This record gives sequence, C-alpha cells and structure tokens, in this order.
Amino acid sequence: MNFNLRVWRQKTGEGKGGLVDYKATDVSPHTSFLEMLDVVNERLAEKGEEPIAFESDCREGICGTCSLTIDGEAHGPDHPGAACQLYMRRFKDGATITVEPFRARAFGVVKDLVVDRGALDRIVQAGGFVSARSGSAPEANSILVPKHDADLAMEAAACIGCGACAAACPNASAMLFTSAKVSHLALLPQGRPERTERVLRMVAQMDAEGFGNCTNTYECEAVCPAEISASFIAKLNREYAMATLRKRAGE
Amino acid sequence: MIGTLESKVPSGPLASKWSGYKDHARLVSPANRRKLEVIVVGSGLAGGAAAATLGEQGYHVKCFCFQDSPRRAHSIAAQGGINAAKNYQNDGDSVFRLFYDTIKGGDFRSREANVYRLAEVSNLIIDQCVEQGVPFAREYGGLLANRSFGGAQVSRTFYARGQTGQQLLLGAYQSLCRQIDAKTVSMFPHTEMLDLVLVEGHAKGIITRNLVSGKIEVHAADAVVLATGGYGNVFYLSTNARGSNVTATYRAYKKGALFGNPCYTQIHPTCIPVSGQFQSKLTLMSESLRNDGRVWVPAKKGDQRAPSEIPDTERDYYLERKYPSYGNLAPRDISSRSAKEACDDGRGVGPDGRGVFLDFADAIGRLGEKTIRERYGNLFDIYEKITGEDAYKQPMRIYPAVHYTMGGLWVDYNLMSNVPGLHVIGEANFSDHGANRLGASALMQGLADGYFVLPYTLPTYLAGQIGKRPAVDHPAFRQAETEVRARIQKMVNVYGTRTVDSFHRELGLLMWDKCGMARNASGLREALGRIPALREEFWGNVRIPGTGEEYNQSLERAGRVADYLEFAELMCIDALERDESCGGHFREEHQTPEGEALRNDEKFAAVFAWEFQGNGAIETPRLHREALSFESVELAQRSYK
Ligand SMILES: Cc1cc2nc3c(=O)[nH]c(=O)nc-3n(C[C@H](O)[C@H](O)[C@H](O)COP(=O)(O)OP(=O)(O)OC[C@H]3O[C@@H](n4cnc5c(N)ncnc54)[C@H](O)[C@@H]3O)c2cc1C
Ligand code: SF4
Ligand code: FES
Repeated sequence: MNFNLRVWRQKTGEGKGGLVDYKATDVSPHTSFLEMLDVVNERLAEKGEEPIAFESDCREGICGTCSLTIDGEAHGPDHPGAACQLYMRRFKDGATITVEPFRARAFGVVKDLVVDRGALDRIVQAGGFVSARSGSAPEANSILVPKHDADLAMEAAACIGCGACAAACPNASAMLFTSAKVSHLALLPQGRPERTERVLRMVAQMDAEGFGNCTNTYECEAVCPAEISASFIAKLNREYAMATLRKRAGE
Repeated sequence: MIGTLESKVPSGPLASKWSGYKDHARLVSPANRRKLEVIVVGSGLAGGAAAATLGEQGYHVKCFCFQDSPRRAHSIAAQGGINAAKNYQNDGDSVFRLFYDTIKGGDFRSREANVYRLAEVSNLIIDQCVEQGVPFAREYGGLLANRSFGGAQVSRTFYARGQTGQQLLLGAYQSLCRQIDAKTVSMFPHTEMLDLVLVEGHAKGIITRNLVSGKIEVHAADAVVLATGGYGNVFYLSTNARGSNVTATYRAYKKGALFGNPCYTQIHPTCIPVSGQFQSKLTLMSESLRNDGRVWVPAKKGDQRAPSEIPDTERDYYLERKYPSYGNLAPRDISSRSAKEACDDGRGVGPDGRGVFLDFADAIGRLGEKTIRERYGNLFDIYEKITGEDAYKQPMRIYPAVHYTMGGLWVDYNLMSNVPGLHVIGEANFSDHGANRLGASALMQGLADGYFVLPYTLPTYLAGQIGKRPAVDHPAFRQAETEVRARIQKMVNVYGTRTVDSFHRELGLLMWDKCGMARNASGLREALGRIPALREEFWGNVRIPGTGEEYNQSLERAGRVADYLEFAELMCIDALERDESCGGHFREEHQTPEGEALRNDEKFAAVFAWEFQGNGAIETPRLHREALSFESVELAQRSYK
C-alpha cells in the first residue's frame, strides 16, 4: 500500500510548526501505524534528514505514551484503541493521512508530535491517592467490597492517562481523566475517608493547569482507548457538589 | 579486585531468618533520615514502591524514569496476576509452598533465603495494594478472588481483569504522587541515567541526560538504587516495551558491579508471530489460552493447505503426544522449545513458517462459542486487531517470544551489589527466579523489594553514611560527566550510513538465533566472533541525525544499542560457560534422551557473577561463583510427562 502523509513538524516548543508532506510506500497492510512511521523515519535518517519525533513505549495500548491525532481524531479512526493499536489495513490504499500532536492548552508541544502531559501527573499529585503508608494496611479480606463496586471501580481505574480526552474535547477539558480517578477511589471503602479533600483539590488543580470546562459534547468518551464512560463525569460533579456542601457545613 | 562473594544471608532456620534480621538491623533516626538523600532510578513496581516508601520514612528521594511520566513504566503492561500465599481458597497453600514452587520453578538455581523471604512478604503486598485502592477481582460475597497459574497446584494468583500490572503500578504511582505532593520525593521524568558515580568505592551519584533538553546533569546522594527493569530487548523483538534497556545496569557493571547469570532469559510460548521485517515488538497472548486451545502443526513438512483442509489424522498435536499428562499445559520453557523444534523441522505455519496453530475448534464444539467468548473475548479481539484474523473461525497462530530476563546485577541478602551503596531491585537484579520465573511472580518480587525489603535493608547501609555525601563538584563527578559527554559526542560524530535500528535488528536476530531458546557451544562461539565486528561497524558507520543538545530519539536509542552490543557478548560468554541445561537456559549438548533440560548440580549449582575487566576488555570478564546450597529442599529433576 502507499500513503501520502502530512505530518506536523515543529523543532522546539517555542518555535513555529507546520505540516510537511512525506510518502510512505510499499507498506504491508499488516504494519501498525507506528511501524509505518518507523519506516518513514528510517528512510529520512538514511537521507540525512531528521526523523519525525513521536513517542511510544508498550505499543499495545496500555502505557498511554503514544499521543497522535490522526486525520483529526485523537488516536485515529479505530476506536476504542490507542494509536499504537492502529493497523494500516484500516486505511484505503493511496489515502492522504494527516498526523498531528495531541492538542490542548495544557499540553505544550515538545517537538513534532511529542507533547508535555505533566499536567495530568500534577492532577494526581493533588490528592489522587489513598494515604496508605507501606506496612500499615489491615488484612486484605477484613473489609469486604461488593463485587459490583469493585468492578465499577476497575472500569474507572482502567484509564491509561493518555490525555486523548482533553485533546478531543473542544474545550480541552480533562474531566474524563479526572473523573476516572475520583470515581475509582470514591467507589472503594479505602478511598472514602479522603474523598472530600481529594475531589476539591484535583478539580482546583485541573483548572490551574488550564484545562477547560465540560460542556457535555462526549467527544472524550468517543476517543477514549480505555472506554471510560462519560457517566463518571456526572459522578465527579456529584462528588464535587457534595464535597462543597460538606466543606461549607464545616465538616 | 573482588574477593569471595558474600551473600550475607543471616544465620538461623530458614523461616526465622528475615524476622531475626529485622529485629536486629541497624536503624536511622528520623532526624538523621532528613539529612540523607537516596537516588532511585526507575519508577516501575520496584522503583515506584521503593521511592514512595523511602519518602514516607522521611528520606529525601530523587526518582528518575525515561518515560514522560512515572506511570508509564513497563510494569504497566503485565497482564496475568500476582502471587501470594494467602490461602484464601483453603486449598492447602502456605508460605513454604509458594517458596518451594518458586525455587523448583527456577530449576534450583536461586538463593533459598531470598526466595523464602519473598514468599513470606507476599501476603503483605496484597494487604498494601488493597489499602491503596487496587481494584482486584472479587467474588460476589465481596472477598478477593483468585485464579490458578502455571507451575502451581493451588489457586494463589490475585488479578485485576487482564490488567494486573497496570493496577498495581498505578497503586505505587499514586503513593509516589502522594510523596511528590509531600515534597519528600522529587521526580525526574524524561531523564535517563547514563552513568554511575563512585566516590572512594561507594556508589554516590549518577550522571543523567534530560531527554527533552539534552542537558547532562549530575546528582549526588548517600545511596543509589537501580530499579531499571530487564534487558529482553537485546533481542530487538520481545514483549518488553520499546524503551526497556540494559544501560543503567550495564553502566554499573562497567563501574565494578557484578552481573549475575546474564544468560538466563525466559521465552514465553504464546505470542503473536513476527510478521514482516518492520515489526517493532511482539505481543503476548495470555498463557491461559492453553487451557482450551490445542497446539498443533501439520504432520507433513511444507504442508501449505488451509488448516481446515488438513484432516485430524494429518495433524501433529505435538504437546499432547510428547507430554501426555500435562499436554497443552506443559511449562513455558518446554512448550517454547517444542514449537521451535516443529518449525525447525519445516512444519511451521504462517507466511514464513515460524508459527504453530493454537486451535479452539474442539473447545468451541464442546462448550459453544459463547463460553469461549466469555473466557477469552478480549484476547481474541487483540489477536484480530493485530493479525486481521478471526480466531473463532480459524486457529490462532502463535510463536514463542523473549519475555523476561532472570539475570541481573548480583546482590546480597540486603539487595546491595558488591559495590557499597549500590542497591538493585526488581527485574534489574538477579535474585529470586533462578533459571526460570514462574508466572505472576515478577510483580510479587518487584513490590516485595520496593515496599517491604529495601526499606529495611537500605538503612543498614545508610546508618554508617551520615555526613559522607560528596558535593557534585567532587572530581569523580566531573570525570564521569566528561566521559558521558565525550561518548555522546563520539557517537554523534560518526555520521556514517547505517541507522541505529538496523544495527539493533541485526544484533537481535543473531542473539535469537545463537543465544535464544536453544544454545550450543559452536553457535555461541560463532556469535562471540560476530558481535565485536558488528560493534566495530556501529562505531564506524552509525548515523545519528541531529545533535546531543536537543530532543533526539535516534541518539537515545543509539546509546541503548551501543550498550546492548557489548552486553550481548557477556550473555554469550555466560551461556557458554554454563555447560549444562537449566530452566530457560537450554544447552543442546545437555538433554535427557527425551529432550528435556539436563542439569549438572555437581558443577553448576552456583550463581555466575561476572566482573568487568577494564576498558577495551569487554570479551574477558572475570567469573566469580556463589555456590548455592539448599537446606530445606531436595534437588529434583523436573518432569512433566
Ligand atoms: C507483556 C508482559 C506481561 C507480563 N505479565 C506479568 C504477569 O502477569 N505477572 C508477573 O508477575 N509478571 C509479568 N511480567 C513481568 C513484569 O511485568 C516485570 O518483570 C516487572 O514489571 C518489572 O518491574 P520493574 O519495576 O523491575 O521494572 P520496569 O517496570 O521495567 O521499570 C523500569 C523503570 O526504570 C526506568 N529506567 C530504565 N532504564 C533507565 C535509565 N537508564 N535511566 C532512567 N530510568 C530508567 C524506566 O523508566 C522505568 O521507570 C510481564 C511482562 C511483560 C513484558
Ligand atoms: S480517560 Fe480515556 S482518553 Fe482520557 S486519559 Fe484516560 S484513557 Fe486517555
Ligand atoms: S505506546 Fe503504550 S499505549 Fe500506545
């Protein structure tokens, strides 16, 4: 198969960028999208040109490193799945494919297709944890957790932290990401004692990082490789409202 | 020069060694902890857990990872589960049994006391993770659920869907975030360690490169902990993440740390086969598939018919034929080797003949497609995504792939290497899995080391180090920094004609061929002849576009490949020296008449720990042996017939 690529090139975070045309020729349909880019990069390096910078690590959809917007869609057309799980057989021979970085106000471009998602880490640092000191835990089966709660918590906890939700959102909101962590921990008895403080701090941090508000467009859910449900955003809103009330009541 | 290797295993009966140790270990007072700094390289299960726990204890911790976030460490990809001796299923499990299964699974090539301690703390790990909010699978009554895994007769594996590694890592990551928030841990993501700094023989710092800016930086500390994972990517293709590397441990080796059992690698039998020259990594298909899938190849060589057209009588269900009692559930090393044999014999399937069928037709006939879909639906989906084939309609094609490295830096009972102050935890050390690791025990080891062992053993070193931290302008730092800069410059300056990846691929193929699933003396000698030539070509002809002073992925990879090009040689030397078969190390010269691994306990019940012999002498490391003695188990030949 052959493809015309239009790839975002930007030397540094401060500099200006633009789309540059490349050809990917003789590509097997069984090649993954990232492997196709690998091959383009090999050719560029052979010619002495600078390869296209893009990040990946696990290449099986779990680490959340890859972060490409392909033909305008975060992670490309094959949902649910991360860009590293996309295969060329998904495209028409001869197609023109545009590749850009994840774009959101809170994600600065580092180089080409690489963005800085440190903001997501800082949201978790603002209380996205249970304060469990090593060695202080009670016997694991001493607190029963209904299977339904555990399963739902797992669904929320499955978030891979890729940031596609924010990249797809017209407001560049990180609500899906934040709601997944808030919900995961609020659904489990171990996470409840800190739930008030947690949701208030995490939301404040999200705002401070420059993520926008949620206006219920559901673009996030559509691109999420971990199939995080937008219903967790509703849960986040409830948690937040309750926490605000509790705070006001001086609890 | 290093004298005899001291494992520093405490005296006393096996079951009370660790508690006795803890009762008498030196402590550091809270006031002094504030004065001590610890470098932790790695944020996977081992490094993340260690950094968080040491931070909680009040030390100043600097934690490093090469990914853009600590949450992306390779541990995230582990699927199956984590073992613990809770005996929740009331099926007769105990600490001793977990210990015994692990030591037997390792083919009696690991240190008894370390393995026992691992089994002992396994239960604390589950308590700890549940308290952090890890959403383990549960039964309807709200109790924790378990599943069984290879190499055990009890059900002791805890899991969170097929994403256990992810959930355990996020637990550790969140604890790490809590300490970052509390300012006891400083996190350095996108930062790669390029060298270890010794001051008066003690590990007192590291040299790093900021992968975004290209800046070389020096960090001093009172102790250094390496938790940098395994080196499976020496084979280029493996189930490891793309960035997994040997650089940190290999650099430490070149500074005098001994490398233990480098040749011990685990090949996982059920992975999706290689398809084409540009494949960048291999994907694991959970071993659980072998519960219902039947493995076969055509009986005739070169049979090109579609699988559905090959009648049962012309198929060879080779595992069922060779191992009637274990059948398709034969252990990892044995299943892997049998697949290789069938393909070497010209009976492999798929485009390039390197694959075998894993067939669910019988199971679907017996249980119905719905049941199979419930059990393995997500795996069938992954398979279809990657291959474009529907495994409900035609058999899967699978082939073994490199998965885990049991070898690593040598450590004593304190998890300290022979270099004072340098501690090594998780997959990066050699310690607990002998010559073969059982499923669900790497996660256990990483978290055991990080949460429950290192936090007790590290203080015994630190207690004597208060006030001894060198300043970063100490000449040792200057020298190491100069060397790192010179090496980068040298690499960039070559500007030849071959890409970094082309060298890595060539090295990987060679290693897979000569030092992979089966090894023999002449193949290993051949590899030892070819690696130096490839290395020389690398340093004369590699092309790295761009400079060292910017974000440069070619340069990142080149540094790792350069180290693999040296390390590969050490692996082959070790594989040649270990003139026996054990676990994942199969020397064709040493097999039973039935083709099973044949150990030689008299000569090789020992750890091989290699010492680097100075510059320009990559090929002549010095061997140290740590004899393994077994007080509580009897050495037996493994049999799965
Ligand atoms: C596909 C797959 C499935 C698996 N499934 C299971 C399972 O079900 N059960 C089980 O028990 N085990 C499983 N394993 C094995 C297990 O996942 C690993 O052995 C374990 O997670 C390793 O943890 P670690 O903390 O030692 O290292 P890693 O998680 O590999 O972390 C290494 C860390 O070191 C950092 N690092 C490395 N080099 C440098 C450097 N030079 N400078 C700075 N930082 C560096 C990295 O950034 C990373 O943070 C699986 C492995 C694979 C590949
Ligand atoms: S919620 Fe989904 S899209 Fe957003 S970070 Fe998590 S996995 Fe990615
Ligand atoms: S590279 Fe890990 S999710 Fe894509």
